[in-house]
Amino acid sequence: MPVTNVLLAGVGGQGVVLASELLALAALTAGHDVKQGEFHGVAQRGGAVFSHVRFGDQVYSPTTRRGEVDFLLALEKLEALRYAHFVRPGGAILVNDHEIEPIRTGDARPYPKRAVVFLKSKGFAVRVIKATQIAVELGNHRAANVVMLGALAGQLDIPAEVWDRILRDRIPHSLLELNRKAFEAGRQMG
Amino acid sequence: MSGNEAIARGAWEAGVLFAAGYPGTPSTEVLEALSTYPEVDAQWSTNEKVAFDECVGAALGGARSMVTMKHVGLNVAADPFMVFPYAGTNAGFVTLVADDPGMYSSQNEQDSRYFTKMAKVPLLEPSDAREAHAMVKTAFELSEQFETPVMFRTTTRLAHTRGVVDTGERTEAARKSFSRKISQYAIPVYARSRRPELEDKLNRLREFAEQFTGNIIEEGSDVVGIVSHGIPYQYVKEAVPDATIFRLGMIYPLPKERLKQFCARFDRVFVVEESEGFIEQEMAGFGILNLIGKDRFTNIGELSADLVAQELKGGVVPSDFVAETTILPRPPVLCPGCSHRGVLAVLKNLGVLVTGDIGCYTLGCLPPYEAMHTTFCMGASIGNATGFNKSGEDHVVGLIGDSTFLHSGVPSLLSAVYNQVPTTTVLLDNGTTGMTGHQQHPGTGHTLKNRPAPAVNYEDLIRSLGVEHVSVVDPWDPEATAAAIKSGLDHPGPAVIIARRSCRLLPHEKAKDTTPYQVEELNCIQCGDCMQTGCPALVWEGDTPHIREWECAGCAMCAYLCPIDAICQVEASTDAGH
Repeated sequence: MPVTNVLLAGVGGQGVVLASELLALAALTAGHDVKQGEFHGVAQRGGAVFSHVRFGDQVYSPTTRRGEVDFLLALEKLEALRYAHFVRPGGAILVNDHEIEPIRTGDARPYPKRAVVFLKSKGFAVRVIKATQIAVELGNHRAANVVMLGALAGQLDIPAEVWDRILRDRIPHSLLELNRKAFEAGRQMG
Repeated sequence: MSGNEAIARGAWEAGVLFAAGYPGTPSTEVLEALSTYPEVDAQWSTNEKVAFDECVGAALGGARSMVTMKHVGLNVAADPFMVFPYAGTNAGFVTLVADDPGMYSSQNEQDSRYFTKMAKVPLLEPSDAREAHAMVKTAFELSEQFETPVMFRTTTRLAHTRGVVDTGERTEAARKSFSRKISQYAIPVYARSRRPELEDKLNRLREFAEQFTGNIIEEGSDVVGIVSHGIPYQYVKEAVPDATIFRLGMIYPLPKERLKQFCARFDRVFVVEESEGFIEQEMAGFGILNLIGKDRFTNIGELSADLVAQELKGGVVPSDFVAETTILPRPPVLCPGCSHRGVLAVLKNLGVLVTGDIGCYTLGCLPPYEAMHTTFCMGASIGNATGFNKSGEDHVVGLIGDSTFLHSGVPSLLSAVYNQVPTTTVLLDNGTTGMTGHQQHPGTGHTLKNRPAPAVNYEDLIRSLGVEHVSVVDPWDPEATAAAIKSGLDHPGPAVIIARRSCRLLPHEKAKDTTPYQVEELNCIQCGDCMQTGCPALVWEGDTPHIREWECAGCAMCAYLCPIDAICQVEASTDAGH
């Protein structure tokens, strides 16, 4: 199978790394070679975080080349704009309908408006997911990453039982049910 | 598993018994992963040189040992790194060094491969987690076969990339007995007699490199030849999967004859390596002249499959959309409730010159704090402050964290005492090694394996060095902190102010109940002074700052900066609604 390239992006604290680990494990369990590598700066909180997940018969580079990402999973709108150029022409961008104001240390420009319109104008297949809203309704805004992962899963050829096993293995018991619901809600939308 | 976890797993399988190091991104997780194996006696040491010395002792004593550090840590450990090869090791000895091209979390870009040439030790470098796991075992075998320390190099991209690893079982390495051959191990006295032996060993390693199975020629098209290694090899495979590649696993010494034969097959050979042109320069030294290397592949930052493809195949790499839409940066800032924030605010208000050090508080150089004026390397702050004093600048403060102070700040403070320089030091004691992710150190009361340990009493330690003026303040109390720092600056001898409060992200701090603060919108004059905290809990809502209650840690630093007292604690009655 040719390599599938996913790029996950968000803000520190949103669970980008956990979501990419779950995806990498699911792909591994489904029998693929996988590489996953995340990038984050020195900030514990509030910084931009992104992570490449690549799976297929054989994966070399841990990072996907610009213009070759099949799916961009953005947990935040500004982060979708920041990494959209990695997506191949016509590729998919799944974006959480959620905005996090950057911490300001001098840059007074307003948060960009109409990110989705902009991305669509570039020819990407943009799908907006109300992941944070769904997660809040389920009882924990932090599960937005799993809602988004569910939405991505709807577009990947990884069996449902694999996903269920990965969630069971990796999510603490007390949060499992919530995350299962979050995943399923995302899957319905993806 | 990650590259770092794979290295730890490989070392465990190789029978490593003792491991020591000092935290440093991107190397930290190797030792953390090693500490989870009960058979491995793993520990954080006070600094990299200490860790190296301890591992030398353990390896001479017969236990396979591994010392871990980041590239700048190797500078600290450079003294024994250069001398130990004169003796050679008894049991396997591997130095894990993680370089950080791109400086994601480092103060410099340093190609540590050059150290191996200077020290005359062999260097192995893997290209992904799977190879790393297998190659660590080779490193231990090589070390014992040639009785030499071996360096194992990784980079950030390898250390932090997860990949598939074929794990095996642990093989216990027999403990080798130590023979007290003074003429081999007392180097300063016997260095002259050991010197030719070192050269002889290097020659034998050169012969070994020619046979080494980790140096692999992957046959492909005959148009160009490529020599590569490590992570750049993966980029080459991504860019030109059909090329003929000489993939090196042993980077020093290089297989001279095989490389000469390989390069003779092609009109031109691309040498694709990250950072400096180490391999290219070595090959040029062999008389190989048809090389294309650093004049095409930058020595600044990380390479990427895009950069490599552009040079090998041409083509256009898509650029980002910065020119077409507003892509705001997300600059690094201190966490809500960070204990460093108060000290930085006070230092800025005092207008003193601040010599800084390595840790989260290094962010104090950046807006909105801009309270720190120099920073170089671990432990430099106190010596730099002493030097500024010598230059005639008497309003200067050295700012250093607790782990960094224990790592290499103590000798500088002792020097200030000894030379009777009125150096003022602010010791930020947040009870952990914060920036690298909360590692234990001699001041925390626990070991790497989370066993109870004696915790340094900083006041006693500092007084015992001869510092007479020692005070302790809570950095959440800016008035008291300012008074203590002023008092320290006024003191005619060395002074240390310990600003003590736990890192807000430590579990016991997170678990505490806090009463958040709020901006009283009716009173707020929209001056934005509170935003100078650079606190992630504060956001603009229109023209008025707003505190996100769930982020607020209740440190009140914004209230301290507010000129009209428009920021106050959320009252219990309003809080009940949440």
